Amino acid sequence: MIRAEGLRRTFKAGRETIEAVRDVSFDVATGELLALLGPNGAGKSTTLRMLTTLLPPTAGSVHIAGHDAAREPGRVRDAIGYVGQKNASGENHRIRDELITQGRCYGLKRRDAQRRADEVLETLGISDMAARVPGTLSGGQRRRVDIALGLVHNPSVLFLDEPSTGLDPDSRAGLWAQIQRLRREHRITILLTTHHLDEADRMAERIVIVDQGRVIANGTADTLKADLAGDWLHVTVPAADAARAAGLADLMAGVSDVTTEGRTVNVRIADADAALPAYLRLLDHDSIRVTRASVRRPSLDDVFINLTGLRLEESGDAHEATTDEPTGATHA
Amino acid sequence: MPKLIRDTATVFSREITPELRSPVSIVLAMGQPLLFLVLFGSMLVGTGADLGTGTGDVWQWFVPGILVMMCLMGPLSAGHSMLGELNGGQMERFLVTPISRTAIILGRTGKDTVTLFAQAVLIAATAIGLGMRLHLPGALATMVLLTVMAVGLSALSYVLAIASRPSGNLFWIVTQMLIFPIMLLSGILLPVDAGPGWLSAVAAINPVTFIVDGARALFTGDFLSASVLSGAIAAVAIAAIGLILSTRAMKRGI
Repeated sequence: MIRAEGLRRTFKAGRETIEAVRDVSFDVATGELLALLGPNGAGKSTTLRMLTTLLPPTAGSVHIAGHDAAREPGRVRDAIGYVGQKNASGENHRIRDELITQGRCYGLKRRDAQRRADEVLETLGISDMAARVPGTLSGGQRRRVDIALGLVHNPSVLFLDEPSTGLDPDSRAGLWAQIQRLRREHRITILLTTHHLDEADRMAERIVIVDQGRVIANGTADTLKADLAGDWLHVTVPAADAARAAGLADLMAGVSDVTTEGRTVNVRIADADAALPAYLRLLDHDSIRVTRASVRRPSLDDVFINLTGLRLEESGDAHEATTDEPTGATHA
Repeated sequence: MPKLIRDTATVFSREITPELRSPVSIVLAMGQPLLFLVLFGSMLVGTGADLGTGTGDVWQWFVPGILVMMCLMGPLSAGHSMLGELNGGQMERFLVTPISRTAIILGRTGKDTVTLFAQAVLIAATAIGLGMRLHLPGALATMVLLTVMAVGLSALSYVLAIASRPSGNLFWIVTQMLIFPIMLLSGILLPVDAGPGWLSAVAAINPVTFIVDGARALFTGDFLSASVLSGAIAAVAIAAIGLILSTRAMKRGI
């Protein structure tokens, strides 16, 4: 449904040429929900702007619903809905008026635009706000208006740029309930960017991670975690035995990293659930007394740190983080 | 219906709806020209000055100037509102839809022009209340001339708004530095001839001067005056330049 091939975009800033997007390619199948992740400045928004015809690519091509965005931008625009980061409804305009205008922009007749406006107001549970201007709404309500604007013309593809940023947990949950319903009932294809990795983890069928203008990972959350982060085993042993325990861990199959922190040995290993009993037997055989043992599944955050050396935080700021230490591990 | 016309109607209708829902805003937006009309105009009439308009009275000399002033001020708020929508998500939202880019400018310009027309009627009505004699065909012809200029000025304010993103500083610098000199050097408030020679020389290259002179001639019903022709040429030129630049800016992408 969406095909991005070799997308590249440069900007001129004075004499310098900034490469916002260097090489981005991916496909999104019909009905799929794909999350596009990356640190700030990775090129997500520029990519999204190229996919939605707002920005012509310097090189590469975009096809949406079978139409080339460069040759048939009108066809692509007909097929897509876009919810940007900023509020889309005009400050002086009533919500329902804006929805009708939006429908008219897509060529709906006035009567049809009115009917669709009322339908999306109903779908998103904001019918009561129809006659209000955006300034009188809460952040969550405004966001729902933005999404309603993106849905008026029943798009087959929906782009959401940071849909849940700035929302409280209740509003976020409500928003996601709406998104899941749209997918269930209309099989709508969705591409979204988010800073909430837990959302991407739970909701997206596939995740594409971009960094410095390139795609650096593309797969399901589970494959990315298994391939790029690996599980963690943590065992606590007497301090004197820690080095020996670490040495034993190195002998096991599927180990990619072993560190010790005082009495704790951290082992990065594939399929930690199966590896833990084997490791415990190995330690027991060498008479090392284990006092605690735990398995930690990696989060998308771990994948992210492994790939980019950066941590994606909710605030949207990317901070330096070391790549080889387990973070936030709880030793049960 | 051709797409361009339908899209222009869509944009026009979006922009005019808030005004229609609270028509008071149209009156509030014309506060400054109204103040000049009532306060400055009354004083000017009181001086009993001979403003060389031949058949007309002082009000008939002064009101066309105030109408031009309104056409210079109106596009400021239009450009300002567009700047807000460029920096907010509204303009982006429209650009993702298949709506014609040209229609976005034409629809907004149309709304600005209709608003100015309504304000001009109010100004004229107020002036009649203050004692102006009305030459109806002349007044209508003046409106047509000023409408053409208003289309151009409103389109130019959109070009400026687009060029001023995202800070908007350029918009304010240019408008603050241009509007008042243009106004004062077009003889809106007082005749330019009363000033020194260099001032008349500058005024003579100000396109708005031609429009003010043309509007004054038309307003008294002097349709055959040479200044009507030069005023019309200046107005059409402003409109053409404004529309060409603004649709080009819009198509180039934002």
